[in-house]
Amino acid sequence: MSAATLLAVDQSFDKFLEQETTKGLLRFTTAGSVDDGKSTLIGRLLYDSRSVFDDQIESVTKASVGRNAGPIDFSLLTDGLRAEREQGITIDVAYRYFATPRRKFIIADTPGHEQYTRNMVTGASTADLAVVLVDARKGLLPQSRRHASVAALLGIKHIAIAVNKMDMVGYDQSVFTDIEAAFRKFLSRFEGIEAVFIPVSALEGDNVVRPSARMRWYKGPALLDYLETVEVEARAHRSPFRFPVQRVIRPGQEFRGYAGTVASGRVRVGAPVTIMPSGRPTTIERITTFDGDLEEAFAGQAVTLTLADEIDVIRGDVIVSSDDLPHVGRSIRATLVWLNQVPAEENKRYRLKHSTRQEWGSIVRIQHAININTQQHEPAHNLEMNAIGVADIETSRPLCFDPYQENRATGSFILVDPSTNATVAAGMISGPNSSAALQPSVEGNVAWRIEDGSLVISLPGADGETRSGNITDAETLDVLQRLLKKLEAQ
Amino acid sequence: MIGAGPDYSVQHNTPSSIDFIEIYGILFMLATLTHLRKLEAESIHILREVVAECQRPVLLYSVGKDSSVLLRLAQKAFHPGRIPFPLLHIDTSYKFREMIEFRDRYTAELGVNLIVHTNRKALQEGSTPFAWGTQRCCGALKTTALLDALREGGFDAAIGGARRDEERSRAKERIFSFRDPRGQWDPRNQRPELWNLFNTRINPGESLRVFPLSNWTEVDVWHYIHIEKIPVVPLYFAKLRPVLVRGESLLSVEQDFVPRLPGEQTKLVKCRMRSLGCSPCTGAIRSDAETVPEIIEELLSVRRSERQNRVIDHDQDGSMELKKQEGYF
Repeated sequence: MSAATLLAVDQSFDKFLEQETTKGLLRFTTAGSVDDGKSTLIGRLLYDSRSVFDDQIESVTKASVGRNAGPIDFSLLTDGLRAEREQGITIDVAYRYFATPRRKFIIADTPGHEQYTRNMVTGASTADLAVVLVDARKGLLPQSRRHASVAALLGIKHIAIAVNKMDMVGYDQSVFTDIEAAFRKFLSRFEGIEAVFIPVSALEGDNVVRPSARMRWYKGPALLDYLETVEVEARAHRSPFRFPVQRVIRPGQEFRGYAGTVASGRVRVGAPVTIMPSGRPTTIERITTFDGDLEEAFAGQAVTLTLADEIDVIRGDVIVSSDDLPHVGRSIRATLVWLNQVPAEENKRYRLKHSTRQEWGSIVRIQHAININTQQHEPAHNLEMNAIGVADIETSRPLCFDPYQENRATGSFILVDPSTNATVAAGMISGPNSSAALQPSVEGNVAWRIEDGSLVISLPGADGETRSGNITDAETLDVLQRLLKKLEAQ
Repeated sequence: MIGAGPDYSVQHNTPSSIDFIEIYGILFMLATLTHLRKLEAESIHILREVVAECQRPVLLYSVGKDSSVLLRLAQKAFHPGRIPFPLLHIDTSYKFREMIEFRDRYTAELGVNLIVHTNRKALQEGSTPFAWGTQRCCGALKTTALLDALREGGFDAAIGGARRDEERSRAKERIFSFRDPRGQWDPRNQRPELWNLFNTRINPGESLRVFPLSNWTEVDVWHYIHIEKIPVVPLYFAKLRPVLVRGESLLSVEQDFVPRLPGEQTKLVKCRMRSLGCSPCTGAIRSDAETVPEIIEELLSVRRSERQNRVIDHDQDGSMELKKQEGYF
């Protein structure tokens, strides 16, 4: 390990403070096994950015006695548990931290083999970006494709493909461009993915922290340079305002506030908002924090809101922008990733946690499974551990949600098995289950009015959403006919 | 306050505050939070979730810098309300005197409810790290004491200041970490933790450990202490202290049972504590850092990890992991 690769760290406090004022946070995920050189790559990032300490290196050097390792075996730095070091395997998601003057990084480091999908999904759920490793000697393997697919499924829009072990192929440009072409073709099936390809040697340090002199044909950034500069913030800020209420804060009669984290968008004092699922409109009176009131709050901030009107708001309600309401309903269609040894069961009741709300949720029907390697739909009636599938779910009370690909915070949920309390599934909502929604509900009111000479009818669906249409609309006609038949039968 | 967002300029005096206001303006336009404000918001979210979903949470107050940060975050999370859970300090009776003074003064100032629990029985039986060895002593005075205190208080969730960057086995710890009825951690059978959707469901007798500072690093903690002006125990700051110098280790002599080598005398050495624990088992480091900025400067150049001076982490390979499996925090 050459000391020359270490990042220069400015040790003056003033300089530190100046950097810290603009320093952002990037969360990324990596996946793979020791064979890919993943541990070496992470070890290199940690070591070269001075995020590993000497005594930690000494302690792993001590622990590596008996294992076939070089001078510093970076996998030992990243394999945290004793059982892992003894068996030379990685069991679980591990979180790593390093910082440069420009950014702080949180790595969710996931193993590529055992329980791979479960761990990769967990790591990807909080990540803004994925680093996918490809071994230059082996080309595009199922494992790399799987990792890219999981990243896309979890809504990650930025993927950095590190083509590693370039030293083993003589730093040959054609090896790199062939892999890039094949991988780009594979990625074209996913929408909106920004992929960057970087030829690296984690072992030798080429294009990891510093640009490589041995691959002058490559004009792009080194991996760390890319990680420091890529813009990933925009999505949660562009989405409509969503504020799931965590807790009602009421220290006395004169203050009643709703504590929570802005899940997406922004809100200003005086802004018109709607309380969901009740649909009651009101306006923001104050945005309070321990450090004083704010004029505006945006995605990621933990604040307490007070409202202009006295409305009954409880934990689990969502305060939203009145201009852009979420879906409300009891029937949803979602992609499930199954995380538990006990397979998914149709019609079994699970505890469903969505934003700050807990409801009962049943899997009404598993539509199909998705083969993560090929993206093909496959018929399925259950989901085993690590399987991915699309299912229709019904909840005991309505959820307020957005499609996951539009809003991660209001589109995600977990299922908990009430008999074991295990977290059994990760869910990503694609939208209302429209077939269930159009089952008319006779309990609601059917509203009608004459507008521009045609009859406009509003029908409440079983999902709690109201759909309107005039009678030339075939779908509404169909629903109307079925509703009338049902009413006639009573 | 100038307005919303990551405002550092009002928190401290710097010669270049104009620059900060300009930078602040740019940040405001981008509507992004600096990494420290993101960590703060994440921790507040976690604290609110514990209180909303658990029956009887308690904050494990260790008197150290991380605990001080946790207390500030708890104030922020429930403002303008009060901190809605008690604090629990597991006092081995071997903590530094300055820690106990600070504890009593600071918790009284904040007006929080502090519970102190000590394993008196083990102390009467003569538990010291020298008589019993560190593993057995820690087991009795910390692990057993903690589990007893949680049971006696009927607490189903214990909030702690542990960070994932502190120690290898902690890198795989969940933010909401499940403990069986014996308080034990099973690293091979942890609940997957996705997004910020925490599974808080437990059966009677089981409990959770909750770590709101999971994603903070040592530098983050000191940086936050600086901008928030959070009080910490003076032991963190360098001054001349009487210690036994044994090779690289600087050992406190607060407890008279610390054995001396033949002819060994204490020396006055300028030093400070990088992390706080029991005085016989926590070595000081040589340091000139007398202020928080100087500590940060020292951290930026230091090549040794934070818990290096903690004897108990090194009594066997994977020590922390094994202690945690038994119920250690």
